[in-house]
Amino acid sequence: MIIYWECLRGIVLREWLRFVQQRSRFFSALVRPLLWLVVFAAGFRAALGIAIIEPYDTYITYETYIVPGLACMILLFNGMQGSLSMVYDREMGSMRVLLTSPLPRSFLLASKLVATALISLLQVYAFLAIAWFYGVQPPPLGLIAALPALLLVALLLSALGLLLSNGIRQLENFAGVMNFVIFPMFFLSSALYPLWKMREASEWLYWICALNPFNHAVELVRHALYLRLAPTALMVCVGLTLLFSLLAVLSFNPQHAALRRAA
Amino acid sequence: MNALEVSDVAFAYGERLALDGVSFTAAQGRFTALLGPNGAGKSTLIALLTRLYDLQKGQIRIAGFDLRETPRKALARLGVVFQQSTLDLDLTVEQNLRYHAALHGMPRAVANERIELELKRQQLGERRRSKVRELNGGHRRRLEIARALLHRPELLLLDEASAGLDPASRQALNQHVRLLCQEQGMSVLWTTHLLDEVRDDDDLLILNRGRLVAQGRAATLATEGEDLAASFARLTGSGLDHQSVLLDSTPRAVDTGHAASATPASNPGAAPGTRAALDSGRKSS
Repeated sequence: MIIYWECLRGIVLREWLRFVQQRSRFFSALVRPLLWLVVFAAGFRAALGIAIIEPYDTYITYETYIVPGLACMILLFNGMQGSLSMVYDREMGSMRVLLTSPLPRSFLLASKLVATALISLLQVYAFLAIAWFYGVQPPPLGLIAALPALLLVALLLSALGLLLSNGIRQLENFAGVMNFVIFPMFFLSSALYPLWKMREASEWLYWICALNPFNHAVELVRHALYLRLAPTALMVCVGLTLLFSLLAVLSFNPQHAALRRAA
Repeated sequence: MNALEVSDVAFAYGERLALDGVSFTAAQGRFTALLGPNGAGKSTLIALLTRLYDLQKGQIRIAGFDLRETPRKALARLGVVFQQSTLDLDLTVEQNLRYHAALHGMPRAVANERIELELKRQQLGERRRSKVRELNGGHRRRLEIARALLHRPELLLLDEASAGLDPASRQALNQHVRLLCQEQGMSVLWTTHLLDEVRDDDDLLILNRGRLVAQGRAATLATEGEDLAASFARLTGSGLDHQSVLLDSTPRAVDTGHAASATPASNPGAAPGTRAALDSGRKSS
């Protein structure tokens, strides 16, 4: 047991040390959601009136509405980026070293997903801190309640990223992931607008959104931030995290990428 | 027991056969050189030995453990230095070693003790808090060796470990690994495409176009009426001129030219053919 603990600890510690060393990456990861919060929200707020909806008790600003979605966007980008590099960097560099460990591959991959998720959380909380000073202030206890929700969402998205990178050739570069995964998932969710708005526009678009895992992730975090539980979202996120992790680990095979390139 | 047994291994990338019926053994406590031109299948073989790729055909046993049936036991007995550096450049020497110890699930007390020992053995003690980025190429390679030895493997695999080093560092590294082999009874598999890294008493394997075309003591291969360079050229279907091009076609080749003049003093045991190839390389350039 101690062997597994030491291994997990080592993998998380390495991610932490790399995170501390690469401050510029940390700041650039913060720029994206802050642009949405400060610039996009300023321009967009006039166009979108938000009625009082769950989990909010009162009318809220547009900035307040989009903060949970932007927090999840950080996790979405990090999860996809991290997983993609696990698949395509493995022939050289750190993944090769990781894979020569005598511990089970499934454990190594899971540890790596956990480590990436934990580091992503630091970025999310840095973003929430800036948003706080910008005026978006959820209940302080909500910031704590959101922690397990954010961790679950981070794992969900990393596992999904790994599963997609394993299986789909077109996702070899990040541009492909942006176009076919990140943007559709982000826009087809309640991150930027409540789904009833979407339903007004198109019933079928609404249903696609309702089935989007990222939509449930955003709602789970949004409710947790305001000390509410979203049971459906929680069940969907737990179930899909388990399913995606299992499938991702089972389908992870380093030689697929090499064979695909040769084909 | 052999440190490594490879039996009838084949591997194809789709239609293209990269390895075909490769069988050999690396004896315990011996320095085994795996020589082959670029594209011979060395990288594919390394990918199979390190379990990056799955075996399509054949069997690999490391220290007696089958890589397919008991992969964890086999990997626990294997230390690897990859061709491309796999160190974290922004982490310190010690942090890199700690990470590796953790990957092998080493308890911290054991890890501390072994890190001390390996740092001392590789003469890196004073650089322990330096970031890897600040180390020169030779020191980085030594760190990778220290890392590969941390879990006390029975077989040390070095994949073109001298690539990218200047001639002096290249010779020093080769010498260093041989010393480890002698002092600790460590089995070493050293892959290279440079003849001057092979010595008379090495066990030599020559791989060409996915097939093993020769194996045996380097001196024996070199003295069957021709020197090692000529044997290599014949076996790999490349004339000496071609071989010279091989040696001279990369930035390393320039190094190699220098290395030739350093060879008699620093590598007196170099196989007889080595200098011939290098000399011919210099003549043709």
